[in-house]
Amino acid sequence: METLALLLNGFAIAFQPLNLALIIGGCAIGLFIGAMPGLGSVNGVAILLPMTFLVPPTGAIIFLGAIYYGAMYGGAISSIMLGIPGASTAVATTFDGRPMALQGKADKALVAAATASFVGGSVGVVLFTLFAPPLAEIALTFGAPEIFALMLMAFATFVGLGGDDIPKTLFSICIGLVFGAVGLDIISGEPRLIFGGIPGFFHGINFLVLAIGIYGIAEMLWTIEISKGEVMISQATVNFRRIMDTLRELLGTWRMMMMGSFLGYFVGILPAAGATPGSLMAYGVAKTASNNPETYGKGNINGVVAPESANNAASTGAMLPMLTLGIPGSPTTAILLGGMVIWGLEPGPLVFTDHPDFVWGFIASLYVANTFSLLINIAFIPAFIWVLKMPFTILAPIIFILCIVGGFVPTLDMHDVWLMLIFGIVGYLMRKLDYPMAPAVLAIVLGPLAEPALRQSLLISSGSFLIFFTRPFAAVIMALAFILLILPLVKIAFEKYKNPTQAG
Amino acid sequence: MRKFGNKLLSLGLTLGLGLGFTVASADSAKAWEPKKPVEFVIMAGKGGGADKAVRFIQTIIAKNKLSSKPFTPVNKPGGSGAEALVHVKNAKDPDHTIMFTLNSFYTTPLLQPGLGIDIKTFTPVGRMAEDTFLLWVHKDSGITTVDQFVKAAKAKGNGWIMAGTGKNSEDNILTDFLNQAYGLNMKYVPYKGGGRVAKELAGKNADSTVNNPSEQLGFYQAGKTIPIGAFTPKRLPLFPDAPTFKELGKDFVYFMQRTVVGAPGMKKEAAAYYQGLFKKIFDSTEWQGYMKKKSLQGDFLTGDALMSYWLREKEVQKAILIKMGAIK
Repeated sequence: METLALLLNGFAIAFQPLNLALIIGGCAIGLFIGAMPGLGSVNGVAILLPMTFLVPPTGAIIFLGAIYYGAMYGGAISSIMLGIPGASTAVATTFDGRPMALQGKADKALVAAATASFVGGSVGVVLFTLFAPPLAEIALTFGAPEIFALMLMAFATFVGLGGDDIPKTLFSICIGLVFGAVGLDIISGEPRLIFGGIPGFFHGINFLVLAIGIYGIAEMLWTIEISKGEVMISQATVNFRRIMDTLRELLGTWRMMMMGSFLGYFVGILPAAGATPGSLMAYGVAKTASNNPETYGKGNINGVVAPESANNAASTGAMLPMLTLGIPGSPTTAILLGGMVIWGLEPGPLVFTDHPDFVWGFIASLYVANTFSLLINIAFIPAFIWVLKMPFTILAPIIFILCIVGGFVPTLDMHDVWLMLIFGIVGYLMRKLDYPMAPAVLAIVLGPLAEPALRQSLLISSGSFLIFFTRPFAAVIMALAFILLILPLVKIAFEKYKNPTQAG
Repeated sequence: MRKFGNKLLSLGLTLGLGLGFTVASADSAKAWEPKKPVEFVIMAGKGGGADKAVRFIQTIIAKNKLSSKPFTPVNKPGGSGAEALVHVKNAKDPDHTIMFTLNSFYTTPLLQPGLGIDIKTFTPVGRMAEDTFLLWVHKDSGITTVDQFVKAAKAKGNGWIMAGTGKNSEDNILTDFLNQAYGLNMKYVPYKGGGRVAKELAGKNADSTVNNPSEQLGFYQAGKTIPIGAFTPKRLPLFPDAPTFKELGKDFVYFMQRTVVGAPGMKKEAAAYYQGLFKKIFDSTEWQGYMKKKSLQGDFLTGDALMSYWLREKEVQKAILIKMGAIK
């Protein structure tokens, strides 16, 4: 009950006129920033951080929190509309969101993304409200072995992702892992795969550069090829009835939403993981658990719902280690953390007792920001559809410019733009040759997280792999990973048993 | 009354502007000011100690209107700062490129001579602070003194885990010192960033760390971790119960600089501008408060004094790295 009283007090703070205005403004700005490829919540929060000096600290964090939230919603927009991931967290949304748009169901995909984001965000905030301190304790005990087990689980969920051609899937994963190994190795301190010391490779291959290249640029080349330069207009409509129909259809996906929300939240609270692995894992689990996994990647609405609910839940989850441990769970929360220090608020284990108004005002503002993000997003859908209906001859150059900007902004380095163009051509060729690209994206995200965790664990255990099975959390996650790995195989075997005629 | 004030203000502005123009035209060389946004390179990633400090400085500049042009932080964390050093060395516009550095400013060029970095060519702007290091253990371990720590670590031998921030980093240097000075065989496990290292100790996934005060402060206040020794010449006011290693008979003092460096080839006038600006920032109540809260030490150093400090520190680092066997 004490929590409830504190939360109500928080709502009183969030509904103060200035704070409410900051929430609405922040959501709208965040939506726009998130929708711009390359500009993610990290850039938005970093750029606007100095501006927050004009308002009191609580208002400032509420504003930045709203931007963060809005950007999570916005990331899905360009993923669906243009096939360019608007932010790294929205990469999994392109897998099914883009095919839906190509089938003239862009409005459905957008409504599904917005609704799933709302559910994910709400579940995340509720979990945050009720269980922040105990969850922080769990997050604290998560060491390298647990993180590696979790990453292994993520890989296991993606076994079936590449379709039927297993050698091509493995090739795709390996390429992703190699790209993920470029840059400085923190364990040995040595740079790896820098091609004779090209400075741009020192910071590694930015995941967004790869994603924008092989999705954005390759998608554009692909569309140019199939349209053969002819004027092509996407079939897209939107009206009130279609939105209502979609909402009704979404009721059937509640299981995916809940799965995505809980999974995303728990991945999000782990320091250093963040929302991108969370959303990719949710997609993988959704596909593995599905009765007809072959429809994924071809416009299955569950393939939009699962990652979108997960990335919003994870973004809320990432706030937990930031507030309670003073450790950011994602790059954006790292900047929020910096902001709090500047405002004279020291995040850490004592922040809940020392600054209750600040913490609860912020938590309450997340509930409000979530609602407003949903409303603003749905209100703007007709405008997005209007953009999509433009002839491709106009859209293609715009997409191209957005891709270039998106490749340049994260590191402000021309090196990454060239790299992105190369990835674009490679991605296009991979697509022509029917190589699955999602496993490569997954590997470049998870590889750099899994590798140090594995090596740290083995350093601690002096080379014994038993460390992954003797620690309770690690052992449970390892078991789950094993189940997820063999589940698709069991399913295949079961189907063969049921229909022996189709076997072979 | 308000109207009168406005009139007075506009009169003052006109006078001020007129005066300003006269001064500017009379002595334009003296009043060098940035003509475009200044690129403020950070040798570390977003969210780390250096990044937080730069964003803090950026807001001090904006809040007190110390510069007519904005300062834009750019993170170049790759290769222990190698990426940042190469970027600043090759800066196209040295008058508008400055960098916030750590000890990797000395160690990275020593460890990677192929980069062709000579720190003598960089422009000394201002040393903003020196960060301190302490030896930390978990409170539940029951250890309160360095003697108990040595006994426990000896008993565990190679199974004692010391978490740190990377190979050949400041943390690694301090770990090697402890291993040598007390005949220990602690295992050094590198993690990404000091915050993560602090968390590994608080979560009992490591037995000890050598964090900066700011990194462990939260866990210390929450009663999870305690400092048992300080690598400083005098005890830190924030942690009066942690004796210095000097008191314990081991003469080892180690600092990390937090210094602003200008690109090689920066014009004298521009260097003078940045030196003046960062002195003002150093003296601001905001920065002084930040130093106190983060237990940062040291006076403001600039110009030749800063350059000779660099050259002295570089030799110190070189000697340590040679002793560690990291370089010849």
